[in-house]
Amino acid sequence: MPSKRYARVDRDYCVACGCCVKVCPMDAIAVWHGVEARVDEARCVGCGRCAKECPAGAIELKERGMQP
Amino acid sequence: MKKQQKHWYDYLWIVTPIYLALGFFNILFAWLGMIFFCLPLFIAIFGGSKLYCNRFCDRGQFLSLLGGRLKLSANRPTPNWMRSRWFRYGFLVFFFAMFFQMLWVTYLVGSGAQNLSEAVKLFWTFRLPWDWAYNGEAAPWVAQFAFGFYSLMLTSNLIGWIVMALFKPRSWCVFCPMGTMTQLICKLRAPREDGGQTACSVNGCAGCAGCGKKEA
Repeated sequence: MPSKRYARVDRDYCVACGCCVKVCPMDAIAVWHGVEARVDEARCVGCGRCAKECPAGAIELKERGMQP
Repeated sequence: MKKQQKHWYDYLWIVTPIYLALGFFNILFAWLGMIFFCLPLFIAIFGGSKLYCNRFCDRGQFLSLLGGRLKLSANRPTPNWMRSRWFRYGFLVFFFAMFFQMLWVTYLVGSGAQNLSEAVKLFWTFRLPWDWAYNGEAAPWVAQFAFGFYSLMLTSNLIGWIVMALFKPRSWCVFCPMGTMTQLICKLRAPREDGGQTACSVNGCAGCAGCGKKEA
C-alpha cells in the first residue's frame, strides 16, 4: 500500500547540495544534472527525513491524492 | 531499505581541519585550497553535475558532522532572506569581488608597488598578525596570495560554523558561492525539458529522449 504522504521539492529554493540524497532510506531522491533534487514519488514513503535535513527548506511533505 | 554504506569519500571531512591547521604552520599550504576551488568547477563544466557538493565537499561533511552527529546545531530553519535568490547571487558577487580584490593585491605585491602583508584578514576587516607562518621561502606574491586565500577560507569556514550553530548543519551550502556557481553552470548545461518531472525520474526510462540520451 502506498504511503499517505510523499516529499515534494520546491525547485525555486533547491540548491542541489545533495543532503536529502544522503539521508533518504529508500533511495527515492536524486540530484538531477546538478540542478535540483527530484523525488521518485512511487518509492517515497513520506518519512520526512529529507525535509528535516534540507538546509534550504525546499522540501515539503504532501498528502497523496486519492488512489484509484 | 537502503543500507547506510560508508565510502572512502565519506571521510573527506578530515580535510577541513587539516587544511586549516596547516595554515598555522606554513601559510604556503593555503595554495592547496585551489583544489576546492577548481575541482567543483571542472566537475560542473565537464561533467554537468554537482557531484562535488553531493559527495566530495569536505566542508559540507565537516558541517554535517559538527551540526549533526556532534549536535552543535540549533536545527532551526534557515531564514527566508538567507535562502532567497537575491541573497545567494548577491553573496556570490560579493565573494568574487573580494576574490578579485585579493588577486589585485597579489599583483601589486608582485610588481613591487606594495609590501607583503604577513597577516590574515578575518571577515575582510579584522587583521590578525600571522608572521610566524612564513619564513621568506617563496616569492612575495606567492606568499601574499597564500595569506589572502587563507583569509578567505578561514572567513568562509567561520561563517559556515556560525550559520551551522544558528540554523541547520549545512545552512552554509544554501549560499556557498561555489555551490551557487556550479548550480548555475549545471542549469546552463542541463538538457531542455518542458517543465515538471520527466517520465524517467518517476517511472524509469520511458525512452522520451528528454534527458538527451538516445532511446536504448
